[in-house]
Amino acid sequence: MFPEIFETRPVRFWIDDGLEWVVRNWGDAFEDAAYPLLYLLNTIQKFLLSVPWWVIIIFFAGAAFAATRRWALPTIVVISLLLVGVMELWDDAIKTMALMITATLTTIVFSLPLGIAMSRSKLLQRLVTPILDLMQTLPSFVYLIPVVMIFGPGKIPALIATIIYAAPPLVRLTDLGIRQVNFEILEAAQAFGATPRQKLVGIQIPLALPTILAGVNQTTMMALAMVVIASMIGAGGLGYQVLQGIGRLEVSRGLFAGLGIVALAIIFDRITQAFGKRLQQKIGLSEKR
Amino acid sequence: MDDTPVIELNNITKIFGNRPDVALELLKQGCTKDEVQEKTDQVVGLKDVSLSVKKGEIFVVMGLSGSGKSTLIRHVNRLIDPTSGSIKVNSQDILGMDLEALRQFRRHDVAMVFQNFGLLPHRNVLDNVAYGLEIRGDEKTARHEIAHEWIERVGLSGYENSRPHQLSGGQQQRVGLARALAMDTSVLLMDEAFSALDPLIRSGMQEQLLELQNSLHKTILFITHDFDEAIRIGDRIAVLKDGEVVQTGRPEDIILKPANDYVLDFVRDVNRARVIRVGAILDKSQMKPCDVSVPRLTTCEDVLPLFARHEWVGVLDDGGARIGGVSAKQVIAALARHSEAVS
Repeated sequence: MFPEIFETRPVRFWIDDGLEWVVRNWGDAFEDAAYPLLYLLNTIQKFLLSVPWWVIIIFFAGAAFAATRRWALPTIVVISLLLVGVMELWDDAIKTMALMITATLTTIVFSLPLGIAMSRSKLLQRLVTPILDLMQTLPSFVYLIPVVMIFGPGKIPALIATIIYAAPPLVRLTDLGIRQVNFEILEAAQAFGATPRQKLVGIQIPLALPTILAGVNQTTMMALAMVVIASMIGAGGLGYQVLQGIGRLEVSRGLFAGLGIVALAIIFDRITQAFGKRLQQKIGLSEKR
Repeated sequence: MDDTPVIELNNITKIFGNRPDVALELLKQGCTKDEVQEKTDQVVGLKDVSLSVKKGEIFVVMGLSGSGKSTLIRHVNRLIDPTSGSIKVNSQDILGMDLEALRQFRRHDVAMVFQNFGLLPHRNVLDNVAYGLEIRGDEKTARHEIAHEWIERVGLSGYENSRPHQLSGGQQQRVGLARALAMDTSVLLMDEAFSALDPLIRSGMQEQLLELQNSLHKTILFITHDFDEAIRIGDRIAVLKDGEVVQTGRPEDIILKPANDYVLDFVRDVNRARVIRVGAILDKSQMKPCDVSVPRLTTCEDVLPLFARHEWVGVLDDGGARIGGVSAKQVIAALARHSEAVS
């Protein structure tokens, strides 16, 4: 047995009571603060559900073609989406997609400025990196429960849990992308009298864009990885179908919904990756490697 | 060319490290670069460098890698701040400028060309050439007009919409040159601008630079590690070694009177016949009439064949007046000089 050095129970009481106090006194305030997030999610979901299914298929096929200029990826996209529809999972897939898109957009809004700030300050980088490590390694249930206690079960805690889990790669890759920009190019800009802002907007961000896009790709993938857990606290969508499948021991239902998640993952992964590659070629970075 | 100094560096010392003052003190006491590095772990980049570049001249700083030449050129637009010394450009004290004044100075008074071009890979040639103008806030149509003009002058017409990575090295550096020239500054800094290019392309670029300079009359500080390049384009040359200037002078002065063995090593491989001009070795007392005369800027190489028939060749100044003469012996002595200097 490990010897008791000091008593930790007061600390635990303090944490538990503290959380309870926050829930009692600030629960409503937190819920109000998170309302825009919910509004965004509902708007996106409503919009996607109101669009006819074939428009969505055409849109994604078009995006796939624009990104690759080949027919292989659009074909895969069309087949996967048709399959999702055939398996009677269309609405659930749309709900999952809406959750993922909302989480990704929110993540972008927070992560880009943070990543940029980190790239310019070594101190901030040192402070934030361990927090990002924590966000990625801490089992999601650990923060899921307090988040549910504060916001109540529903879409908001699901969304927040997804964002916590999916944000770190984008922050890291934004930071990395900006730090990787060739020093000689920045020196040239400085020699011509560019301000730090002109350097950031005109050179660093555009040249970091392929790396940032890789971060967005990672974020979408991690957001999808969270959908089953998110559906446990009321997110709905494909994850809920998986949960039901498990609960009722209906392997087929779980399998179909799981395949639906895979289909979404393939579509988003391949399209964002192809866009990143295209961007790199345009800049001429890919040839150097 | 007049004698007004445009770039003046006075007693510039640059120490890289976290305790420059300690190293500076040791240098003052007469320690060498290596001693300072051993005692304090501070690296001496430049040691008491003074030079002055006159208006309209091409001043070349020549040195091997690690001699501090790239550090030196970055002091002129303060990409690097000196540890001690003073810098003036167009009579303005550069070190006294605050950040905003420095930015304005970089935008209007001095442009730079880089060894590895430093082009923006995500922009086309036109916008690369216009970059400096854009930074300084020029209107889009105005800056594109200027950029088009310079793209044409450096011979890149038709490439306006290409991206840098689609161009060859020589073409990319033409973009870099056009970008600097478009700024219409009086001072041009060229940091090993042609060193990354193939020999043939390099000599083409040197020619183009000299041609442009004939009409532009800019004050150019040019850095190179290539002695042949230095004597080809330099009006004056400073040879840098371990952060110190070992010799400054016109190309002929350096070839005819190398200051020490270090400079001699460079001079040895030079085709002296092509560099030494008769004006530098002529005998002013030799005024007796002769059959042929040549202008004073004629190279020894071109004079040599004349000695097959004549003992003396007259030398004329720019106005065509006789200022002296040269004999075959003098030319041979000048060409053979380095073996004499060794002893």
